[in-house]
Amino acid sequence: MTPGMPTRQERLELVCPAGTPASLRGAVDAGADTIYCGFNDETNARNFPGLNFSRAEMAEGIAYAKARGAKVLVAINTFPRAGSEALWHRAVDDAFAAGAHAVILADLGLLAHAAENHPDRRLHLSVQAAAANADAINFYAEAFGVKRVVLPRILTMQEIAAINRDIDVETEVFIFGGLCVMAEGRCSLSSYATGKSPNMNGVCSPASHVDYREEGGDLVSRLGGFTIHRVEKAAAAPYPTLCKGCFTAGDYRGHVFEDPVSLDAVALIPQLAKAGVRALKIEGRQRSKAYVEAVVRAFRRATEAQAAGLPIPASELSRLTEGQQSTAGAYRKTWR
Amino acid sequence: MDLTIGPLQFNWPAQQWFDFYARIADEAPVDRVVLGELVCSKRLPFYADRIPEAIERLERGGKQVVLTSLALVTLPRERRAAAALFDDDAPEVEINDLTLMRWAGEEQPFSIGPLVNVYNESTLRFLAERGARSICLPPELSFASVAVLAEAARREGIGCEVWAFGRAPLAISGRCYHARVHGLAKDSCQFVCDRDPDGLTVDTLDKQAFLTVNGVQTLSFNCVNLAGDIAQLAAAGVTSLRLSPHSGDFVGVTKAFRSLLDGNTDSVGVDVELAALIPPMPFSRGFMFGATGAE
Repeated sequence: MTPGMPTRQERLELVCPAGTPASLRGAVDAGADTIYCGFNDETNARNFPGLNFSRAEMAEGIAYAKARGAKVLVAINTFPRAGSEALWHRAVDDAFAAGAHAVILADLGLLAHAAENHPDRRLHLSVQAAAANADAINFYAEAFGVKRVVLPRILTMQEIAAINRDIDVETEVFIFGGLCVMAEGRCSLSSYATGKSPNMNGVCSPASHVDYREEGGDLVSRLGGFTIHRVEKAAAAPYPTLCKGCFTAGDYRGHVFEDPVSLDAVALIPQLAKAGVRALKIEGRQRSKAYVEAVVRAFRRATEAQAAGLPIPASELSRLTEGQQSTAGAYRKTWR
Repeated sequence: MDLTIGPLQFNWPAQQWFDFYARIADEAPVDRVVLGELVCSKRLPFYADRIPEAIERLERGGKQVVLTSLALVTLPRERRAAAALFDDDAPEVEINDLTLMRWAGEEQPFSIGPLVNVYNESTLRFLAERGARSICLPPELSFASVAVLAEAARREGIGCEVWAFGRAPLAISGRCYHARVHGLAKDSCQFVCDRDPDGLTVDTLDKQAFLTVNGVQTLSFNCVNLAGDIAQLAAAGVTSLRLSPHSGDFVGVTKAFRSLLDGNTDSVGVDVELAALIPPMPFSRGFMFGATGAE
């Protein structure tokens, strides 16, 4: 081979969000390899009003994707409530009946149910399971036959590469969108302030508990009565996501946990491919169809460049990121 | 009902750490003591050599000793340390990261700590079938869930514990917030978390005490206190209460709970008694009995 010639490699799979049937079709048409979505109830971690799929919509969406060569994953990734597990069991059974390529699960008991009742079907481990090392991943692979794991957003590039050397299952990583700063599935901050949590209810810092108010020239946003931001009235008030809030701690005043940034790791795609990652995940089932289409198109181009061994096109998505700022998150070790 | 002392969550100097457990061994009327490093593997070398002595003293004091795993295992040395917890003749292991299920089997005694997501009967049954002897439920659970799970634990023949006292663990991260607020990074943290024996208070911009930062961990500011709810918990089938260490007179806290369990005192006035034994922090019982955790 001539030195400096681009080397072709397998294109990373692009896993894209859909909160509505229209977004699903939009994402498929924009070049998504795979769509992930959920039923319109508390079984999925984006349980927002007006979002997600009825049983009929799921079946139609899967048929639409399949006809165009795309796959659909159904996220059933909250933790079933004691005494009400049947709701979650039914979601798994219905997802497979509708033709889902795989279900994305986090809860041990639900994984056990799925492995026992659908032994030939594909199970993916949700990021909500927070499997952050090869031993944890191998446990899920051995116990339940999990075929793919979505890695927590707290790992560095080096750690991801090391994990892939020690496991046989596929890995999928977040590449763009909202950024959890805590280990996912292990955070009850929202529950402490509002009573509603990602694990139990599929919501974090829910709009139902948000209050914006003008006070003495300031615009104050509160969550469950706790002040999360206080800005001058002229400034743009960020949504009061708890872990992106502005607080004081000792002499420090500012974003104790994380700045109001979102993840954009497009520039790291070649390194992620080299680290053995199989699929790239875009966050944002709560986003609009237009947003999803724009992001999918951009990342389709980026993964085609990656496959061709060409430079990744500069990100044109900055205008779509939360608070207009983006970060490569934990992939770069200095984040910690 | 049993009393368990959970692992100390904060970074105390080694001598203070040892003195705490020595006093627990000699004076605290509790059944089990879970010790070891839960939050940050960088803290462990400071007191690791004192652990065998503490275990010996606690066992001499009639306590069952349990060693905790880290809450979040990522680094290779953390994985090796986790596996080593299952060495022969080691005490029971409390699993607080499911990574350790890789090594947990029927022959090694283990229990499940409050940082593992046990939200339903199927998960509880899975862990019991794998050999878990007892489960401390996540602090986030409502009483309705606790009642269902306590019954499931009884059917499986394992213990069911709840978080009854102490700041509630709310989140764990790869990022160290103590380092961050001191303008440092995790790898060069200078162990600044040792300045705050009960964690560093996070206030809202309206000066409301809200959360507590403890290295990579975030806790509630309020202190969970279910001392007034013991009868209801016992009736639901809860077999053990977890008391999480704080500075102040923690032995006094264990004695107050033991006195309630033994029926020597009733719960009237116990909150005032408990408040006098620990640094100032409001009590909460909202995760289990209210609309929000902070209530």
